[in-house]
Amino acid sequence: MHIKDTIEGSFHIVGGDFSRAGEASTEIKSILQSLGFNKEIVRRAAIATFEAEMNIIIYTTAGILRYEITPERIKIIAQDMGPGIEDIELAMQEGYSTAPDWVREMGWGSGMGLPNMKKNSDEFRIDSVVGEGTTVEMVIYLDNTKD
Amino acid sequence: MRVDDLRDILSLQVLTEGIPLDAEVRGGYVSDLLSDVMANAKEGDIWITLQTHLNIVAVATMKGIAGIIIVNGRRPDEETLKKASEEGIPILSTKETAFVVAGKLYKALNVKEI
Amino acid sequence: MKLERIIHSLDAVVITKFMSDGDEIEWACATDLMSEVLYYSKDSSVLITGLTKQQAIRTADIADIRVVVFTRGKEPDTPTIELANEKRITLLITPYSMFTACGRLYEAGLRCCPE
Repeated sequence: MHIKDTIEGSFHIVGGDFSRAGEASTEIKSILQSLGFNKEIVRRAAIATFEAEMNIIIYTTAGILRYEITPERIKIIAQDMGPGIEDIELAMQEGYSTAPDWVREMGWGSGMGLPNMKKNSDEFRIDSVVGEGTTVEMVIYLDNTKD
Repeated sequence: MRVDDLRDILSLQVLTEGIPLDAEVRGGYVSDLLSDVMANAKEGDIWITLQTHLNIVAVATMKGIAGIIIVNGRRPDEETLKKASEEGIPILSTKETAFVVAGKLYKALNVKEI
Repeated sequence: MKLERIIHSLDAVVITKFMSDGDEIEWACATDLMSEVLYYSKDSSVLITGLTKQQAIRTADIADIRVVVFTRGKEPDTPTIELANEKRITLLITPYSMFTACGRLYEAGLRCCPE
């Protein structure tokens, strides 16, 4: 893995579209794999990205998933035009969820999405305005000594 | 085998108060999808799940579930526990995963019930 | 545990196969909730789930899980099988419930992810 400059890109995510859910994250995972990153780093980034993508699909009308890869880090930014989160501290609690029943029956909405994003990131920021939307920024450091 | 036998075998923590643990357990069902439990769980099953929200009590009541074991150390909120106490559905918890709980229980139920 | 033993213990039907019988599976993860898979699973796990949909395959792929078992004999739809083929995920169907599937694999010596 020798990245000189920043590699970046973005995906538009449509809310409610379960049939294509995860495609953007899968593509980002492929990009990271093709750059030859350590397997565990790829896995962490993929999981964090997938949860962010699912949150856009489950809770919002639309959003953008962006990635930025530099020699030092992977940055994932998920920005949505959703309802926003009223109480971020509560939303960060494991198992807390506002997902409707149909989402739970699809295998999601168990209240582990945000905790999962945080768990797999080295830096995690969330910014939300009720009625406007939510932005999540996740950074995963690239340990260049491995692989 | 009764709910209290399972409690002892698996060292489960009993979360509901004042409910007798003498219901007979006939089998086990592992699921986190309520529709699946509604469709396929049998009367007298012990239900092993990660779900903690209020609806699990209604589903358990309708299906005649002997008790609910909540895994991975997840804790239901007070509302769920209150409802369970009202309906007489014992809720127990463990730090173990569904796989391990089912694994141990399968063996235990098999031994005593052929 | 070897893949072969998992297939045998579960009396499973093989829908897609991208591993050899002797490949080792170290851990089991049994749930219908995909975030739990992402939170607790390790790679080289088998995912046992009643969520017989594309989402289960997608989640397995993201989490580096190479084997997925659908319970209760439920046939997945074509897009789900296509995705398993595309992502090279080995997909099995067991006639057993999740409870029995876990019980049989546990009895055969498979264990859960340490966490």
